[in-house]
Amino acid sequence: MLGDGALAQLKREGRIVVVGASLAGLRAAETMRAKGFAGSLTMIGDEPCEPYDRPPLSKGVLLGRARADRTALPRLRSVDATWRLGVPATGLDMAARRVRLADGDEVPYDRLLIATGVRARPWPREEEAELDGVFVLRTRDDGSALARRLDEGPKRVLVIGGGFAGSEVASACRERGLPVTVAERGAAPLVGALGGVVAAVAADLQREHGVDLRCGVMVTALEGDASGRVRAAHLSDGSTVETDVVVVSLGALRNTEWLHGSGLGAGPRGIACDAGCRAFDIRGIVTDDIYAAGDVARCPHPLFGYQFLSLEHWGNAVAQGRIAAHNMLSESIDRLPHMDVPAFWSSQFGVNIKSVGVPSMATEILISQGSLESRRFVGVYGYQGRVIGAVSFDHGRWLPFYEELIEKTAPFPPQFTTVDRHADGQRPLDADFPDPSVPSHGPTVTLSGYSPADRRMTFTPAH
Amino acid sequence: MVSIAVDLNRCQGYAQCAFLAPEIFTMHGDEALLYNPDADEAQREKLAQAAAACPVQAILVDAVDEPAEAVPSAR
Amino acid sequence: MTQTLLHQILDYANRADPYPIYEELRKTPVHHEADGPYVISTYYEIRSLLHDPRISSDARNLASGNADPLAEPASEQSALPPGFLRLDPPEHDRMRRMTNRHFGPPHSPRRVDQMRPELHDIVGGLIDGIGDPSRIDLVEEFSYPFPVTVICRLLGVPREDEARFHTWADTLAASLDPDPDADAAERDKGAAEARMQLGMYLAGLIEERRKNPGDDMLSQLATTKSQDGQMTTMELLSTAALLLIAGHETTVNLITNGMLTLLRNPDVLQRLKTEPRLAVPIVEELLRFEPPVQLLPQRTTLADIEVRGVTIPKGSTLWLILASGNRDPQRFENPDHFDPDRPDIQHLGLGSGIHSCFGAPLARLEAQFALSELARRLDNPRLLDDPPPYRQNAVLRGPRHLRIACDGVRP
Repeated sequence: MLGDGALAQLKREGRIVVVGASLAGLRAAETMRAKGFAGSLTMIGDEPCEPYDRPPLSKGVLLGRARADRTALPRLRSVDATWRLGVPATGLDMAARRVRLADGDEVPYDRLLIATGVRARPWPREEEAELDGVFVLRTRDDGSALARRLDEGPKRVLVIGGGFAGSEVASACRERGLPVTVAERGAAPLVGALGGVVAAVAADLQREHGVDLRCGVMVTALEGDASGRVRAAHLSDGSTVETDVVVVSLGALRNTEWLHGSGLGAGPRGIACDAGCRAFDIRGIVTDDIYAAGDVARCPHPLFGYQFLSLEHWGNAVAQGRIAAHNMLSESIDRLPHMDVPAFWSSQFGVNIKSVGVPSMATEILISQGSLESRRFVGVYGYQGRVIGAVSFDHGRWLPFYEELIEKTAPFPPQFTTVDRHADGQRPLDADFPDPSVPSHGPTVTLSGYSPADRRMTFTPAH
Repeated sequence: MVSIAVDLNRCQGYAQCAFLAPEIFTMHGDEALLYNPDADEAQREKLAQAAAACPVQAILVDAVDEPAEAVPSAR
Repeated sequence: MTQTLLHQILDYANRADPYPIYEELRKTPVHHEADGPYVISTYYEIRSLLHDPRISSDARNLASGNADPLAEPASEQSALPPGFLRLDPPEHDRMRRMTNRHFGPPHSPRRVDQMRPELHDIVGGLIDGIGDPSRIDLVEEFSYPFPVTVICRLLGVPREDEARFHTWADTLAASLDPDPDADAAERDKGAAEARMQLGMYLAGLIEERRKNPGDDMLSQLATTKSQDGQMTTMELLSTAALLLIAGHETTVNLITNGMLTLLRNPDVLQRLKTEPRLAVPIVEELLRFEPPVQLLPQRTTLADIEVRGVTIPKGSTLWLILASGNRDPQRFENPDHFDPDRPDIQHLGLGSGIHSCFGAPLARLEAQFALSELARRLDNPRLLDDPPPYRQNAVLRGPRHLRIACDGVRP
């Protein structure tokens, strides 16, 4: 707890350090200045460039419609910061309140925001990962290298992993007329995020667009030629795919190694923090001067049983960056919880996919509008009798309604007629997730209020 | 150059931007929006029209002009 | 006897300034009188309901007496199917996609953008043609002929036929107003007659376009086949009727309301003179401040719906008062102030959700060109009547005439 005047002093002449100069860090910095923070602000980033936007990297950039080195994030206001770019943070001294940098410098802070995000999970065998033609896609350098290689017209692109990023890469390749194979360990692409019912539609979309989709297989080895260029991939079903470009799309690793030994509650699953983005130390005690936001943060979400959620979502980075910034500069009573309903989008094969809530927690799904066959629909996800998520394929204008259902913990299956008035879709199906996670039981929280200004959490204790 | 980003969580595919500034914004299918994140200075006026017309105000445009704000290049 | 709020909305005496009634309405966000509709007047509730799949726009769900003359065949001989404005998915989505194919992205991404020079020329020509600058009726001389010319060119409807379809369009537009007191049968009859006449007129045009297709929308709608199939002749007629009426009964009000508002806010008008780009936020603020479609009176509930603690039973008619939501102080600071510098103008002026205004980008450009050129070219313009005389319509609200005077017309 800050003493009288301490907060005012912090705002006037404090030192705030933001480690991670990407979306969450930038929006946080803008929010601090907007809230009147007049002290010194240092932005530390491991990449040598100003904050940029990543979603275009797997879409417009691969289509050749945008340049990877030209996706700088728009600045919503001046942040007047000292930028330490191209220099990763290598350590944290919580007692002395200093961040160590790779070049030996130490930067002192009064408040620290950690927004170091994630990096692409590399191909596990280092030797194979280093073959020419093997790519990951996370940074602008990754994007520009891959786009350049696609420009050269490879014979076949192999995408390892059929998640959103992998599917978007496959979509861009097909749009450019390049032969593509997608190898997915699960039963269908997107199955982990959206479940089997919806994933079946994603699989159909891929095949219709000419993707050679192989599900239920793993890539066991990549093979190079004499000059060190990748030439083939071997699959667990014994088959071989001849390919000259491999895109490894196996998810992400959280950038927390630099915090090892610092005493902060950080690990491979991210940095644990409270609903107000304050980081926990390894003893499970919340710190008051260290905050985390974005992909690297793991926050309990009031709407989902206070389960700790790590969300690699654009919107989450923006929202948490703002919440963390606000809370850093507020007395405890004025702090805000991060309670935005999770949301994400993807566009692939000409279809706009949007989601709200946490579909992967669900056990059931009901197609409430449109139809799976037309690839235009809304699916509502249910868990323990309540609506917990929704997904839309080219039906995004209806999604705000489902977001409200989630906020109000509306019952599942929803018992109403919709404008489509079709009979077949009103029955819940097994959502068919490969590995259902179980949220904690107990009390629930709903959001209420008619305007964002009077939005409140209503706590309903368990019986 | 003008930096642009679109909050595609907000975007509902009304396509006003793609009607009014087709050089920058294009629809990919019926609902998905593609955009050039780095528009020419010459397109600023149309960009302003597109951003103003967005019914969900999802288009974010660089608001910082001052060169002092530019990030120093890496050493 | 004091009038109910519903009657006050419809009462012509309140046409010039309905906003105090809306303010009164907002005290009861879900307002309901006897057997009447449920009236929703606050911003967040209207916006939610526009995205609520339990709300139907299908004319066939409406209780009789509230039938929509634009869509609902009141008698067998005029059996035009509803235009997509009055359809629900999936039919709505299919018809709107087929229509949009020839209007906007992804298939016709530059159509509206390429109309800019033409819009500029039409505006210039109409201002050149203004007669006595001391007695201008802006509606007759400018705000009506401009969008009519544009929609005629876009659709491929001969401009010289305007006198014929104007009467039908006016009848149909007027009959959009809900009127619990009027003789429903009598009104429906007039509307059905107008609708049939308009349909027959358009049928002739379409037949002609099928033989000699041009690059207009009617020709393209009549001859194109896509994944969604081809429009039947009846679908084509109702779509064409919808576009023709919507394209020229709404933008006229946006432009006229715009000039009226600018003349009441001379500081903004002065800025626009020297800063034509200001037309962009001015038009957005206008769509909030004086929206050309004041309310949507024709939606019905397909289920019991709870709004602000009130249960609206299944089968109820809803009125969504867009113009009131736009003045909701919960959403907009100082809402009765016209302020084009307002940040974040997410107005409801063009609706929201799947039925949001189809012609929105064109309406925006038309209004921007119109207002910036009027501001630039009219020398010292002033209102001769304030308030001006209004059209009867409560839904498509706007001045019947806007008499202004100026010292001259600049080149």
